[in-house]
Amino acid sequence: MFYREVGQYKTSYAADEALFPILQDKIGIAVILLVAFVGVPLTASNFTLDSILIPILVFSLAATGLNLLTGYTGLLSLGSAGFMGVGAYACYKLATFFPGVNIVVLILCSGFFAAAVGSVFGLPSLRIKGFYLAVATLAAQFFLSWCFIRVAWLYNYNVSASIEVPTKTLFGLPVTGPTATPVTRYLIALSIVALLTLLAANLMRGRIGRAWMAVRDMDLAAELIGIRLYQTKLLAFAVSSFYCGVAGAMMVFLWLGNAESESFNINQSFLILFMVIIGGLGSLLGSFLGAALIWGLPIVLRAAPAYFGIRIQSATVEQSTFVILGVLIILFLIVEPHGLARLWQIGKQKLRVWPFPY
Amino acid sequence: MRLKKLVLGAALAGVVGVAVPASQAVAQDTLFVPLFTYRTGPFANSGIPIANGMHDYLNMLNARDGGIGGVKIVVQECETGYKNEKGVECYDSVKSKHPLVITPYSTGITLALIPKASVDQIPIFSMAYGLSASAVGADFPWIFNPPATYWDGMSIVLKYIAQKEGGFDKLKGKTLGYIYFDGGYGLEPIPLLDQLAKDYGFSVKKYPVPPAEMQNQSGLWLSVRRDRPDWMIMWGWGAMNPTAVQEAAKTGYRMDHFIGVWWSGSEDDARPAGAGAKGYLSLNFNAVGPNYPAIKDIEKDVIAKGNSQTPKGMVGENFYNRGVMNSAIIAEAIRHAQKLTGKKVVDGADVRRGFETLQISEQRWKELGLPGFASPIDVSCQDHNGHHAAYVQQWDGSKWVKVSDWITPMKDKVLPLAYAAAKDYVSKNQPWPKRNEACDDKTL
Amino acid sequence: MMHLLYSIFVDPFVQMGAAPDLLAQTLWEGLVSGILYSLIALGFVLIFKASGVFNFAQGIMVVFSALTLVGLNEHGVPAYLALAITLVVMLGLAFAVERVILRPLVNQPEIILFMATFGLTYFLIGVGELIFGGDPKVMISDQLRLPSGSYRIPMAGGYVQMQKIDIAATVIASLMVAALAILFNRTRIGRALRAVADSHRAALSVGISLEQIWVIVWFAAGVVALATGIMWGARSNVSFALQIIALKALPVLILGGFTSIPGAIIGGIIIGVGEKMGEFYWGPLFGSGIESWLAYVIALVFLLFRPQGLFGERIIERL
Repeated sequence: MFYREVGQYKTSYAADEALFPILQDKIGIAVILLVAFVGVPLTASNFTLDSILIPILVFSLAATGLNLLTGYTGLLSLGSAGFMGVGAYACYKLATFFPGVNIVVLILCSGFFAAAVGSVFGLPSLRIKGFYLAVATLAAQFFLSWCFIRVAWLYNYNVSASIEVPTKTLFGLPVTGPTATPVTRYLIALSIVALLTLLAANLMRGRIGRAWMAVRDMDLAAELIGIRLYQTKLLAFAVSSFYCGVAGAMMVFLWLGNAESESFNINQSFLILFMVIIGGLGSLLGSFLGAALIWGLPIVLRAAPAYFGIRIQSATVEQSTFVILGVLIILFLIVEPHGLARLWQIGKQKLRVWPFPY
Repeated sequence: MRLKKLVLGAALAGVVGVAVPASQAVAQDTLFVPLFTYRTGPFANSGIPIANGMHDYLNMLNARDGGIGGVKIVVQECETGYKNEKGVECYDSVKSKHPLVITPYSTGITLALIPKASVDQIPIFSMAYGLSASAVGADFPWIFNPPATYWDGMSIVLKYIAQKEGGFDKLKGKTLGYIYFDGGYGLEPIPLLDQLAKDYGFSVKKYPVPPAEMQNQSGLWLSVRRDRPDWMIMWGWGAMNPTAVQEAAKTGYRMDHFIGVWWSGSEDDARPAGAGAKGYLSLNFNAVGPNYPAIKDIEKDVIAKGNSQTPKGMVGENFYNRGVMNSAIIAEAIRHAQKLTGKKVVDGADVRRGFETLQISEQRWKELGLPGFASPIDVSCQDHNGHHAAYVQQWDGSKWVKVSDWITPMKDKVLPLAYAAAKDYVSKNQPWPKRNEACDDKTL
Repeated sequence: MMHLLYSIFVDPFVQMGAAPDLLAQTLWEGLVSGILYSLIALGFVLIFKASGVFNFAQGIMVVFSALTLVGLNEHGVPAYLALAITLVVMLGLAFAVERVILRPLVNQPEIILFMATFGLTYFLIGVGELIFGGDPKVMISDQLRLPSGSYRIPMAGGYVQMQKIDIAATVIASLMVAALAILFNRTRIGRALRAVADSHRAALSVGISLEQIWVIVWFAAGVVALATGIMWGARSNVSFALQIIALKALPVLILGGFTSIPGAIIGGIIIGVGEKMGEFYWGPLFGSGIESWLAYVIALVFLLFRPQGLFGERIIERL
């Protein structure tokens, strides 16, 4: 009833292949964008922006990157945090070399460095697959972590081996560094994420996306119909790393303001993988939902006892958060192994037929 | 199907419910002191006693004196797990509640918060950790790191070694090994160590311990055996410390030539190695043991009443006392701020002034019920550290024993480095805010 | 350039020749850590073989079992009784995992099961810390009558030092491997296990109880975890930092193959010896600390030549 596409006739191929072929989707996206760009900055508190929304945007982008690789191309990677690190350090170096260049441009450019590094570590993907490949990508993770400490040039020989974000302005308004307001940083992050998500969605509709999915579904068959496996897989690694790299640069420049090698450790990689799996493999929407759930849930759980006026030690809260999170992950996988994105599909179906069950 | 709906509901509620009320109301007439602690994760062994000490001392002030200057202290712990993102999240969550001071208890978190401090007008107190260069008050008006920086610590270690070897001229041709946590914390002392090596003609062998290999150091200690350094210096933290002490004992390294910084000197660091750890040295700047009136008050007013998580036997341990000292300094800074402003309820900006005029003389330590607990502390507008003395303690198999006098750092070596580093930091982080805060009269 | 080549290709070997005692010591240390890696890898292999689950929780199981043992002892339970209770706890865990995780998730893609073991990891971290606290504990080596001290064997002007606990670890690991090999190859359960590993459905159809098999392998993995926890705990202490060590088992797995028990052992030894030799002789060239990634690179290079691992089963793909 609420989500009925009946009567929306497509009269051309272009209309049929549109990004949002259904009117309701168009309205929905417009509303979401309106809320995100206008509503949230007007209403959200600094804490909500700084500790919830900006991280969720950063992780959504990283999860989108990993989803392109794992969800769409079927290549499991545990090196996402390493590639995020490459983006972050590249952006830092670019900012030192080209202090005058617009920081948003630099953040986007740093993705290309991550893409280059990502394709190098994607080289083994032709010969190995599955968990073997996942473990091989751990080599990237650990090697890159090590580089971020051992190669002092990367952090400009800082005595603490950390990178600090300089204050950069855009149209006279500080967008990075301590003086940038959370709202500015949020809007910049949101714009970058919206832009790259649109790009990803279009990529998925086109030849490249279809080739990736063919490789995922059955690589031998894909090869037989003329898809060049090696190029396709490497491209997936490159594009995925590009997204992760931009996310990493955003994480340092728009969120934390400072980073060291440990900010890009193996746990971060796992976290992003969770987001992709919980969100739904092979769904862009899922990347966002997964990031929101995995990042937001612990914050909610941590805030819950105080909210209800229960006094518990902070360490106990943290430990209980672990227990609850663990149980929820397992429960969730049992109930809905296809992730949050699948829930949305079920929801759509329900909306379509409501108030009737079928 | 019921279950399915329930879980879906919970999941959705989780997503939607992100509009968490960020700030619980903190009553207006209190002193809000958040404590960033870590009782979980791989660094919990070092974090727990410190957290307990900090927590118990402030609560003792509440119970015994009704707070500071008659105003109750609101103590709130925030669990960081020693992770930078969590630390920043903790900072954001307490920021709006006008904390008087932030104690990050992690070098990484301190580095992340330094640029924010002046913007948000919240002083940061990183007691003998964090950025050494932040001791320069002219460039870092909001950061305080007394009683000593890592560089002071390194120079004290070398002074002690020189003392044992019979003078600095005897260091010539010696080899010193430096085993360190491979991160900002362990890397920071290296410039000074390298410079001193040049000045005194000794050579340095470096042994980095990656965070993922903290408990897997046998290969590294083989290199130590090959290189045969005359002394080993350690900058370790968390699970790295006990492993290093055990490996040293295993390799048969002379324990009385193995000296750790003040963060590598917890009882838990030495104890697992059993008899093998006997002789292990570490720096310290606070006294060990429970026999101080203030600590007796903690036992009486806080622990006996069940208002603490401190287990029996932890009171008086080195890191517990370190936490007590941390809180004692905070309380003193708040007292100074109250005196300076004449207000009872002070804010972050006032406490910054309180820190800048902080003076804890020997007499004052005594009045605090902590006689001889630490060296006198003297912070000034220019010098946010004081570069105070530390002493060397030795593990006798069951407890720490003080084995040296208070050794003052080589200020002539440390200060130029600190000024240069501060200048470098400021130049790399342009535009860095110029100091506008006026200096207070210390004699008040 | 020549100098660099010299220090990579010549100098390390000169060093080896010049100080054979250090070489022997390095080999020994590599062997011991290799054995410990392979113990963790063994836990992975057991579970992967029988249920196709890539059990990420193996690392936390190591910590959890060791914590239970030490924590019980702290509360006054005698060491050997605590050991027995810990075994019961691990058995209970195996039952719970089978009932709560595996059974409802049967036939799901591998990656979902992998993810579920992450949930298990979180759960065990939280429960472990809630019950036993996050502070590190000293392994009760003396109460368990584990040997302490060391032998010092003179050799070529130097000496090789062997910790008794390391020797014990080697012996215990060998015994466990032998026991597992017998279990797998000589018993009814072993045959059933291998049948399940080959094909769930075929095994079910000949009347093998999947549930039973799963409980057995998870329990076996729990026992292996406990042994690892005791050994590694005795080398440093029992704390949550130990779970990071478990990641070291991953390169061992790709080297040895996910499904091969001898592969886990040999892979472990290759990785252990390789990384200790690398760190010791080549590490200083790269500024040290290369141990953290060297194992992965060794495994990766290896994979390029044998994608299925050292002893892994060759995967034949058909359209």
